[in-house]
Amino acid sequence: MRGNNIMGIIFANLHEDLVSSLTDVRIMGAVPFGGKYRLIDFPLSNMVNSGINKVGVLTKSNYQSIMDHLGTGKAWDLSRKQGGLFILPPFTNSNDYSNRITTLNSILPFLQNSTQEYVVISDCDTVCNIDFQDVCRKHLENNADITLVYKRDVLPEKLHAPAVLSFDRNGKVIDVLITNNVEGSCSFYMNMLFIKRELLIELVNKCVSKNTLNFKRDILQVEYKNLSVYGYEFKGFSQVITSMNDYFNANMALMESEVRADLFNSDHPIYTKVRDDMPTKYGLGSKVRNSLIANGCTIEGEVENSVLFKGVHIGKGTKVSNCVIMQDTKVGANSSLSYIIVDKDVTIGDEKTLMGTLSYPPYYSKGSVV
Amino acid sequence: MYPKQEVVAMLLAGGQGSRLGVLTQKLAKPAVPFGGKYRIIDFPLSNCVNSGIDAVGVLTQYQPLVLNEYIGNGQPWDLDSNNSGVSVLSPYQQVKGADWYSGTANAIYQNINYIDRYNPDYVVILSGDHIYKMDYSKMIAAHKENNADCTIAVIDVPLAEASRFGIMNTNPDGSIYEFEEKPAKPKSTNASMGIYVFSYDKLRKYLIEDEEDQNSTHDFGKDVLPKMLNDGLRMFAYQFQGYWKDVGTIDSLWESNMDLLDPNVPLDLTDESWKIYSRNPVVPPQYISDSATVQNSLIADGCSISGSVDFSVLFSNVVVKKGAVVQDSIIMPGSVIEEGAVVQYAIVSENTVIGKNAVIGARPETIEDKDKWGIAVIGDNLKIGDGAKIAPKTMVSENVEGVDE
Repeated sequence: MRGNNIMGIIFANLHEDLVSSLTDVRIMGAVPFGGKYRLIDFPLSNMVNSGINKVGVLTKSNYQSIMDHLGTGKAWDLSRKQGGLFILPPFTNSNDYSNRITTLNSILPFLQNSTQEYVVISDCDTVCNIDFQDVCRKHLENNADITLVYKRDVLPEKLHAPAVLSFDRNGKVIDVLITNNVEGSCSFYMNMLFIKRELLIELVNKCVSKNTLNFKRDILQVEYKNLSVYGYEFKGFSQVITSMNDYFNANMALMESEVRADLFNSDHPIYTKVRDDMPTKYGLGSKVRNSLIANGCTIEGEVENSVLFKGVHIGKGTKVSNCVIMQDTKVGANSSLSYIIVDKDVTIGDEKTLMGTLSYPPYYSKGSVV
Repeated sequence: MYPKQEVVAMLLAGGQGSRLGVLTQKLAKPAVPFGGKYRIIDFPLSNCVNSGIDAVGVLTQYQPLVLNEYIGNGQPWDLDSNNSGVSVLSPYQQVKGADWYSGTANAIYQNINYIDRYNPDYVVILSGDHIYKMDYSKMIAAHKENNADCTIAVIDVPLAEASRFGIMNTNPDGSIYEFEEKPAKPKSTNASMGIYVFSYDKLRKYLIEDEEDQNSTHDFGKDVLPKMLNDGLRMFAYQFQGYWKDVGTIDSLWESNMDLLDPNVPLDLTDESWKIYSRNPVVPPQYISDSATVQNSLIADGCSISGSVDFSVLFSNVVVKKGAVVQDSIIMPGSVIEEGAVVQYAIVSENTVIGKNAVIGARPETIEDKDKWGIAVIGDNLKIGDGAKIAPKTMVSENVEGVDE
């Protein structure tokens, strides 16, 4: 179904400091992931697959790579006359994109001019495949004002200002703690919420007028007492990227068939920009095991437990194990790579040995030559 | 009124391709999958775009659904411009009656209105059954330089094979003085590639005359070109060098796919300057599991491989399960090779399931009577039962029951 009564807002430009090397040349939403995707493909595809056909992408700076990736939105079916994709950089220097509330305040005209009744707001640094229709259904069932998507798990170590939720027996939020200090499993907010558009505008206006500008502290922690705020537990695969280790592990999780089946559910596919690569060529004598490989690669050596993005070349006699190698990187002959993250367009010569460890996978920056 | 286009291309895509048997039962030959992610028509369409031709008419007739849907608005090839792009031209009903396309020349004749809109100087006639990369703009430049009325692309073929082709005999300046259709004793080895450039004023005149000729079969090769030559028009051969293959038979389709695996074959699909575009399915990257061995093969996104794949071309979303063997074969999108199945020297069409321990085709060295050996072909959306055996050179168009073991 398309053209429902929901619009989407994606924060594409946040938490960059947690993976500062990956975001040196791009914003969070443009971070490559999983062989052919960028992180923003996940929230964007989730919204489109949920029937949302108007999405605003908020970005504060360095948005060249995300603009290049999103283009007109065609790949997500968001190049439309009704609705479609809206990239929303600051209008002037005076627009304040430094926190969620002032950012939303800067796009108030966009929110006010929209006709959809509801808004889904999502960050872009969680990889998951979620059906917002189902969130909407629960929201209406509960007659809620706000529905917060949460996950029940051990708190990711470096998660920025986590909101830990408690519920009554009906799933209504009865407490919101902002803390990193929780033992064992808890219900933490995944930075995705469902709200009436008019209510969102009202809350933003209220916060701005009172100069209380922390979304979690001044909206979530305050309003659960006044409004009917419910939780929606997301039970599928998800991984939030809060460190290079998370990033590495999220890529490696794709080797598990259950994770692939959940994340790349063919009924809710993840869309991305098309590049017209030819299929991948496996050379004579190539050995590939337990790896996720995108089109356009040429593999003449050995690859195991690795993710290869589009257009990667692995030369003869080269061994690659437990690596994430981004698009168009060329590795020469007789080299040995293990536990490393290699960005786009890197050239690694012949007979090089590059080693890292699971706890500290070294990173090679975009365009570098080794 | 449309802005003038110097060149309009007309792509003849109505052929049935009956020699491809089950592969063209439900779709026209140009829509047959090729090379792990393409369809044959991607090659002429991409050649057009890369040659700077923005107006392309695709003439369809036989089983057009898949082809129409595939071409769509032409966006994957950048053929969705405001005033030009790709147009699918099917036979239609006119005031004086309705007619199928009765020959290649008649098909173009019936679409003179389409060509007229662009007021072109030149028209390129192409067919949708060859795999090649060619810069038509160079051929058009040669056409202009020769001040020609018609230019025919030719390729040098081995003398022994020349009698299978239409042969163009030329003067030293490249002008054609004689056509020989499949000559028993060829005088030269310049085989026509079925690619023609015409000056449109001449083409238009001859198409109208040909249509009025009761004795004509309305075919370019048999009627229009010989008449032009007879009338003394300036006709030139344009020598093409590079990879060119007719994929009109099972054997040639199989060979041409296998050519992509041969580093010595000059058909580079990785060349950034001459990309072959196609409609891309929305699928995740391919996954090669712990138990897989993959060598010398071409594998597309969306595949999941746990068995052994050797010298093969696998299209998107193919699943090769543990213990299955795929050798020297082509597996089209969405097909599943179950555990223990062995597929050798075969073409498996789309969305077919090859059951557990089934045996499809065989290696030539295992067959004593070489006449009985050939590529086995399995049609689309079929189920080949567990343990079933499909002999080489067979063509399967219906489900096959399993065999109790």
